[in-house]
Amino acid sequence: MTTLAERPDVTRAGRSRRPNRRSDRTAIYLLLLPSLLPILVLSVFPLLRGIYLGFTDARAGRNVDVSFTGLENYRELLGDGLFWNSFKIGLLWALGVTVLQFLLALGLALLLNQQLRFRGVARVLAVVPWAMPPVVVGILWKLVYHPDAGLLNEFFHRIGADGLRTNWLGDFSTALPAVIIVGVWAGMPQTTVVLLAGLQGVARELHEAAAVDGASAWHRFRHVTLPALTPVIVAITSLDFIWNFNSFGLVYVLTAGGPGGKTMLPMLFAYEEAFRYGNYGYAAALGNVMVVIIVALLAVYLRRRMREAN
Amino acid sequence: MFGKTSRVGRTLQYLALAGYLIFLGFPLVWLLSTAFKPPRELVQLHPSLIPTNPTTQNFVQAFTEQELGRAALNSLQVSLASAVLTVLVAMPASYALARFRSKLGTAALGWVLLSQLFPFVLLIIPIFLILRQVGLANTHAGLVLIYVVWALPFALWMLQGFVRNIPRELEEAASVDGATRLQVLRRVVFPLLAPGIVATALFSFISAWNEFFFALVLVKTPELATLPVALARFVGIEGTARLGPLAAGSLLATLPSLIFFAFMQRRLSSGSLAGAVKG
Repeated sequence: MTTLAERPDVTRAGRSRRPNRRSDRTAIYLLLLPSLLPILVLSVFPLLRGIYLGFTDARAGRNVDVSFTGLENYRELLGDGLFWNSFKIGLLWALGVTVLQFLLALGLALLLNQQLRFRGVARVLAVVPWAMPPVVVGILWKLVYHPDAGLLNEFFHRIGADGLRTNWLGDFSTALPAVIIVGVWAGMPQTTVVLLAGLQGVARELHEAAAVDGASAWHRFRHVTLPALTPVIVAITSLDFIWNFNSFGLVYVLTAGGPGGKTMLPMLFAYEEAFRYGNYGYAAALGNVMVVIIVALLAVYLRRRMREAN
Repeated sequence: MFGKTSRVGRTLQYLALAGYLIFLGFPLVWLLSTAFKPPRELVQLHPSLIPTNPTTQNFVQAFTEQELGRAALNSLQVSLASAVLTVLVAMPASYALARFRSKLGTAALGWVLLSQLFPFVLLIIPIFLILRQVGLANTHAGLVLIYVVWALPFALWMLQGFVRNIPRELEEAASVDGATRLQVLRRVVFPLLAPGIVATALFSFISAWNEFFFALVLVKTPELATLPVALARFVGIEGTARLGPLAAGSLLATLPSLIFFAFMQRRLSSGSLAGAVKG
C-alpha cells in the first residue's frame, strides 16, 4: 500500500525538475485528438472529396458507379445557359449586397460614432437583424413585401402612390432588387459593428490636429479616417463578399429562386442540381467554379488595395 | 465630437439617423404586429401598423396546429446536444492550444478562415454520403455531429483565448502548493474558465439553432425537422390567414439568439479576471 501510494509522488517530483518532453508531447496530442479527428473526418476529408466529385459523373442513388470524367462537367457548364444566368445573378447579388451593405454600414457607423441622441436605440436596432436566423429574416421580409397584407404596399397606399404597389417578390423586374435589399438589411449590422470598432481605433489626436489646421469635415474623413480604416474595410468587405456569394437560406425562403429563375443564386442552382435532380458531380463542379471565381475576384481586389496602400 | 458641427450638419445627421431607424426598425415592428393580429385584421384590405385588438392566439396556434412545437423541441434537443458536445470536445484541445506552443493553433485559425471560402455544396454531398454509410443520415445524431464539427474551429479559437486569459502564475502557484496537474485543472482552471465555457456553449447552441442548409438536406422526415426547416416549409403553405402563426413562430425562433447577444455584450466586457494578478 505505502509503496503504491508513494510512487506517483516520486515520479511527479522528478518530472517537475526535469520536464519529460516525450510524455508532454503525447499529452498534447491526446488533448488535441478529440477535436482534430472529427474535423479531419467530417470537414477536411469531405471538402477534398467534394472537390474531387466535381471531376466525376457521380449521381444520387446507391450502388451507382462513379467514374472520373476530368473536365467533362466544366465543358457542360460552359454550354449551360441556366448556369450562366444563375452565375450572373449571383455576381449581381453578391456585389450589390456587399457594396450597398458597406456604404450604408459606413454611414451608420459614422453616425453612431457621434454624440447624437437616440444613439442607444440605433445601436440596439443595428444588432437585432444580426441575431435573427436567416430563415426568420426571410419570413419577416416576406411579410413586408406581401402583395395584400404587406407593409410596403400599404405604405405606398397611405402616401397616395397606389401606382407603386406591386408583387415585389413575384414580379420579374423587382424580385432581384427586392431580394438584394433584404440581403443588405440582414448583413448590415455585422459590418456596422466591425466598422464602428475600427472607427473607435482611429487616433483622436490626428483628427484634432487636422481640425486645428483648418481641414473640413470631408477632408478629415478623406485623409485621416479613411486611410486609418482601410485594413478593416478591406477585411470586412472581402468576408461579406464571400458570405453573400455563398448565401442560401435567405433567398431560398424569400423566392426559392423564382420568379422564372430571376433570383436563382448559384447556391440555389447547385442545391437543385444535387438534391432535386441528383447530379452530384455536376453540382460539385459548380461549387469548384464558385471557389475559383471567389478566389480570383478576391485576389484582384486585394492586389489593387495593396497597390493603393503602397 | 471633433470640432463643432454646424446646425445644418446636425439636422442632416439626425435625418440620416431617422432614415436608418426606419429601415432597420419597421420590418421588426411589422413582424411583431403581425404576430399579435387576430385573423380578421390580417385579411383586412388595408392592414394597420398596430393591431387594434391584439391577441396571443397566433402563438397558441403556431405551437398546436402547425407542429412548430415539435420542431422547436427538435431544435432544442439538437442545439443543446451540439453545445454540450462542442464544449466537451473543445475544452482539452483549447487548453493544449493555449498552453503549449504548436503550429496546430495557427492551423485551426487558418481552417476557420479557409472554410468560409468553400460553398456548402462541396461539403454537403460527401457528408451526406458518409452519414448514410454509417446509418446516421436522417437522424438528429448525424445533424449534431455535423454541427459540432462545424462549430469546433471557431469554438477552439474562442475557448483558447479564454484559457490564455487565465494567468499561468495561478496554475504555477497551485502546483507549488502541492496540487497535482488534475487538481490544478479542476480547482483553478475550470472555475476561471466558466465564462468562456458558457460563451462557447452559447455560440455553438446558436449556430445549431439558426442553421438551415444542413438541416434541410440531412433530415428528410418531417417529424424530425428543426425549427428553421419547419418555418421554411410553413412559408410554402401560403395564404394571408396563416401569416399570424408564421410571424409568431418566427418571433419565438429569434428569442434564443437575442438572449445570446444581450448576454455576450455584458459578459465579454466584464473583465472578471483583471484583479487576479497584480502588476
